[in-house]
Amino acid sequence: MIANFGYKDGSGDYFISIDTDKCNGCGDCVPVCPAGVLEIRDNDFDPMADDKMAAVKESERKKIKYSCSPCKPEANMKNIPCIMACKLDAIVHSW
Amino acid sequence: MAQEFWRWKEYNWKNENIDWKGGSIISSGVDVGSVSSQAVILVDGELYAYSSMRTGSDSPQSAVNAMNWALDGSGMKLENIHYVIGTGYGRVNVPFANKTITEIACHARGANLMYGGSVRTILDMGGQDCKAIRCDEKGKVANFLMNDKCAAGTGRGMEVFADLLSVPIEEIGDLSFGVEEEPPPVSSTCVVFAKTEATGLLREGWPKNKVIAAYCSAMAHRVVTLLDRIGVEKDFVITGGIAKNSGVVRRLLKELGIETLQTNYDSQIAGALGAALFAKALVEKERK
Repeated sequence: MIANFGYKDGSGDYFISIDTDKCNGCGDCVPVCPAGVLEIRDNDFDPMADDKMAAVKESERKKIKYSCSPCKPEANMKNIPCIMACKLDAIVHSW
Repeated sequence: MAQEFWRWKEYNWKNENIDWKGGSIISSGVDVGSVSSQAVILVDGELYAYSSMRTGSDSPQSAVNAMNWALDGSGMKLENIHYVIGTGYGRVNVPFANKTITEIACHARGANLMYGGSVRTILDMGGQDCKAIRCDEKGKVANFLMNDKCAAGTGRGMEVFADLLSVPIEEIGDLSFGVEEEPPPVSSTCVVFAKTEATGLLREGWPKNKVIAAYCSAMAHRVVTLLDRIGVEKDFVITGGIAKNSGVVRRLLKELGIETLQTNYDSQIAGALGAALFAKALVEKERK
């Protein structure tokens, strides 16, 4: 499953996508994020399985455009901590 | 007191053909949304009762009210229900829930039952957000996207327009088709801007139905841009309150060039119904 966390407003689309088929819930992405945007939690989207997944914290979801900007002053940068920390390539940013 | 045009009717429903006392699993889902709350009760997976009410300012109380209204007249009590799942924006505010599940999973599961296993794309047009969900033949989520940063493209925006134009909210859809020529849409990025724009159009002498048509197409356009990100695969369905507004739905389908499936179920109960189905599955899992 692709879980898109974020929002769309008048200025553009801001989504962090987690591919739950790739993500194993290892948590490598959590400590590297200086803004503390990510967390590991139960995969609530498939309630019958007991999987863990990386996800954007609910409290951060609607402000990632600003929280993520120190790591990526330009749009579409790929060499940012969360993406580089994920060995399974499960994290994608939309902007 | 002046009439409040945004005030949609609350309602409940009961299946008189089912004797709940004979059921082995009684499960329930309570979907506390930002604008409306629904409670659904299933007896062995069959729809037994449901209710839909306005959420108001006290979410835990509206969860209780919705549940009481669904139970009303059945002789069933809360204690008779084996498992309750809370879902929706206010899911943490369901005091009697055994568990909470995100409404995204619940809508996919509910739509799977309401429209059948051929559903691949679900658009839930809620009170304060809009969710696009892709799912498989079992109703399992494959991809989702949610927009809740602003009220454009939601039921709350429609309520604002019903009040501005003094048109009962249930009549907006039909009225929007009474225009000779389809007007250009108003601002689709913000309800407050759209309202300002509409006020200007009224002053220019636009009739009400033309302004409504311009807002319905703005809302449809807004949602289409959201759907673009995850893509639309057949079959396509719309759930939530706006699914009942033909003015938005028909313009949306025209812009997408696609048809939706029809159902005898109420489009607003999809989330609560999905939650009740998960509740049933969890009871079965526990009893094994």
